[in-house]
Amino acid sequence: MQTLVINYIGRFLILVIIQIFVLNNIQISGYINPFLYVFFILILPFDTPKNLLLVLAFVLGLTIDMFSDTPGMHTSATVFMAFMRPGVIRAISIKKDFESKSFPGLHNMDASWIATYSFIMIFLHHTVLFFLEIFSLNDFFSTIWRSLLSSLITLVLVFISFLLESKPKSRR
Amino acid sequence: MRNLLNFIVKHQFFFIFLGLQVIAFTILFQNNYYHRSFFVNSANHLTGGLYSKYADVSDYFHLKDINQQLVEENKTLIQQTPYSYLKTDQQVFQHEDTIYKRQYEYVNARVINNSVNRRNNYITLDKGQTYGIEQDMGVITPKGVIGIVKDVSENFSSVLSLLHRDVRISAKIKKNEHIGTILWDMPDYRKVTMQDIPPHVEVLAGDTIITSGYSNIFPEGILIGTVEDYQVRSGESFLTLEVELFEDFNNLTHVYVVKNFYGKEQDLLEFHSRTEPVYW
Repeated sequence: MQTLVINYIGRFLILVIIQIFVLNNIQISGYINPFLYVFFILILPFDTPKNLLLVLAFVLGLTIDMFSDTPGMHTSATVFMAFMRPGVIRAISIKKDFESKSFPGLHNMDASWIATYSFIMIFLHHTVLFFLEIFSLNDFFSTIWRSLLSSLITLVLVFISFLLESKPKSRR
Repeated sequence: MRNLLNFIVKHQFFFIFLGLQVIAFTILFQNNYYHRSFFVNSANHLTGGLYSKYADVSDYFHLKDINQQLVEENKTLIQQTPYSYLKTDQQVFQHEDTIYKRQYEYVNARVINNSVNRRNNYITLDKGQTYGIEQDMGVITPKGVIGIVKDVSENFSSVLSLLHRDVRISAKIKKNEHIGTILWDMPDYRKVTMQDIPPHVEVLAGDTIITSGYSNIFPEGILIGTVEDYQVRSGESFLTLEVELFEDFNNLTHVYVVKNFYGKEQDLLEFHSRTEPVYW
């Protein structure tokens, strides 16, 4: 249990640092931004208490907000994403119950499940985030397009992270 | 009452979600006002300190460009000194110069956080109140207007970038002194829009745009950019110019904060004459 908590604290710090110092400085073709930090919410264990899930998302979003001058936006988007997580997992899984303390990863789920799960969650997060940033429905389609493109870039990064996560397991 | 409590406990997941969203939105809306809270702001102590450490490292990568820029600036300054003029008049005059009083003072500062890819971009500088930086001061570089100081802490200041929804700057066309307003439309950070130019004004692509000096934030004649395209947008009666900025906002490192000694006086006077009723 303790190692699990320490593991997740480590992931939290690493993801926040990567997001702030590397990814926040990257833009592809002007205004597409990857937000890898949502990986932390994606990889939390299946049996995480739902309320804890929300609180963790809140802390994560607030941390990112503090460092990127975007008051409340990331917080709101990340909390929304965490709120949707149990529903999304239920909707796309065939197997209804998971081993306790197991977390989503390539070692226990097939790649297509991981891809669908990640994409839905990331797209929900990015859509909320970009609409909060623009804060109008004027450029509705351009905003949707922008969140879709950013989601795809984030998805690639998230998938790479899943691959890195599963590596030590397979060696053992 | 009991039923209500039962209901809340039963759906606690949803209610916690709602509560956290309310907090997030409170932060969002509070910070939309001119005074952003101390809480979520990169000028605050922890985040500001971290960013300046980061800038310490990343500054080395810009040294070459900075040197080049300084050499250019020195060259123009040297050209302005009396030593670079040949004296053709043999008579010598000396007199106390009381005609000129210093109006602007510049504080140099380093950019420690910056973005160009959001709808509202902010810049953080590594100097604050201790160097006399105050709210509403202008920020410039030799190549152009950068933004306006929004919040100041002891050692850092947070600047509204020109690439921000709320920033509008009074500017003019250099060759014929017609004034207009500069603002930023998404998404290209190299281009801004200049509005409110009457359609009879002659404009050509390549004309230089500079600050007008009407507001007390920027001195007159600070460079902004060149006209790239101009048109009367449908439904409007004024010209809209597309201006390409001289400054590349993506690699800002050193900037100057402009302090106007007579700014408050001008503000106060203008405020009085606009708000006080007139009887005659």
